[in-house]
Amino acid sequence: MSVTVIKPGMLSSFQDRGRDGYQHEGIPAAGAMDERAHRLANALAGNSGDPATLEMTLLGPTLRFDAPACFALTGADLGATLNGQDIPLHRPLVARAGDTLAFGARPAVGVRGYLAVHGGFALPAVMGSEATYLRSGFGGFQGRALAKGDRIALRAPLDGHGLDALQAALWDIRAYLPGTLGGQRRGAIRFLPGMHWEEFSAAARQAFTDAEFRVSPQSDRMGYRLTGPALSMSQPRQMLSEAASFGTVQVPAGGEAIILMADRQTTGGYPKIAQIATVDLPALAQSAPGQALRFQLIGLDDAQRLDAGREHAFMQLQEALAPLRALLAPATRKPQ
Amino acid sequence: MNALSEPPSSAETAWRILPQGDRCLIISFGDKIDASVGRTCLAAARKLRAAQLPGVTDVVPSFVAVAVHYRPDGLGNGPTCRSLTASIDALLAEGIAADALAGRQIDIPVCYGGQHGPDLSEVARAAGTTEDEIVALHSEPRCMVFMLGFAPGHAYLGVHDPKLNIPRRPSPRTAVPVGSVAVANRQTVIYPNRLPGGWNIIGATPLTLFDPAREPASLLQPGDSVRFVPISAQEFDHLREARP
Repeated sequence: MSVTVIKPGMLSSFQDRGRDGYQHEGIPAAGAMDERAHRLANALAGNSGDPATLEMTLLGPTLRFDAPACFALTGADLGATLNGQDIPLHRPLVARAGDTLAFGARPAVGVRGYLAVHGGFALPAVMGSEATYLRSGFGGFQGRALAKGDRIALRAPLDGHGLDALQAALWDIRAYLPGTLGGQRRGAIRFLPGMHWEEFSAAARQAFTDAEFRVSPQSDRMGYRLTGPALSMSQPRQMLSEAASFGTVQVPAGGEAIILMADRQTTGGYPKIAQIATVDLPALAQSAPGQALRFQLIGLDDAQRLDAGREHAFMQLQEALAPLRALLAPATRKPQ
Repeated sequence: MNALSEPPSSAETAWRILPQGDRCLIISFGDKIDASVGRTCLAAARKLRAAQLPGVTDVVPSFVAVAVHYRPDGLGNGPTCRSLTASIDALLAEGIAADALAGRQIDIPVCYGGQHGPDLSEVARAAGTTEDEIVALHSEPRCMVFMLGFAPGHAYLGVHDPKLNIPRRPSPRTAVPVGSVAVANRQTVIYPNRLPGGWNIIGATPLTLFDPAREPASLLQPGDSVRFVPISAQEFDHLREARP
């Protein structure tokens, strides 16, 4: 009834859409770095809710299914194999009891892959969320990244009968994947002016818009540090701590920008030059250390239209995948 | 309508709402740390949370502002910057009654100085007074939790006596022990975990500030009224052993 970790991979942790409603207690939202890929994995595994998926970084884990299950992979292509056979991304797939899911290659593009299982992994909700917050050690599976020998129970394994027929039927499921839900690369990451944009020097604003930056190796789930032109304020001043959000670009006194990511602190006291448009956070989250980035100003109405457009596309995808969920429902053991 | 005689209300309170990107609004009520502005922020946050506006996921007060995090929905009925700004303006215009703030009264035992408060003597020197007076200035008047941030359960309290207007340490410590009570700029922070930090450590509390298995996980909540109660090192050890 579970998945056993043979090898943990570089950094594999369970993430959902994040822990809503506790930021006023200083509790970070955490959640998937690439929320788009996380949600897509769930949709393609026949989940209509938001159970945690396994976020896998660069070098994926090796996992053994101890029970049959339907699963799907999205995000960066980590070279997935099932019992040594290559398997595709973006498909509902069937694993049988004893099957080994392994990941054999560092991705050519992207950083993080996502594994969803139908019904979700049996993880306890902590403050309403299954997301792992690694820094404080709570949420997800025991508050930490996967380790060798971990066994994670499945909420809804398949009942084991007629798996061949189910696999064939799943293979015939076709759903149109609009561009906004795919993992297309972007030439530039779009941003909105930050709370202190006007207080940055004209040179800093121009540099942020025109220059090339690189993702520093000192980047993680909490923040992406950028190397590039130093960004300075016209008249530097002390800021009072106030709320930050996913994609806030803050600039400490040294002039090196930091983009706050999924594990960001809830508040920050550094000047904020920019805010990454939500629609481009997944592309940013898939940027690897050393990768060059350019930023492009976008208007708020356009950013909100694109963001709402992706939400609409997800809703349409879920409607289109109703036949998938109908196939899986009778093939699934009753959740305990 | 709310009683206009009870400040601060909309009659005296001005605010400005600015977008922080496409999923967050920040409502500013002032530009410097002040107990009355802090109470206004907390009352506004309470009112906005109680309103349960569709699409709003988090309401986060800070010293002079309140952030409202939100999400669109797939039907196009979710909030936009424009629609949410209008909703918030309308709510706040009904009046922000700071007297409605039901902050709890909480005692925090603190062992001042010695191994628990390595910076107490330096703080007294910087303030031009004695260690005893620092303890009295810190523990006698009540203070308020303005906000939590930096780490889970990490509270910012104030506003203390002007004598406690001392800067942070020139170079931060890489690890501050759990429970440390530290001051700077007329404020106190309490470290809920072992964390890096540049504030001046004047004592420590044996209480558990943050426990994800507890409900609520954070001992202190924004708006709580706090009194620091001096305890001895023996009492500290005794209380810490009694901690679950």
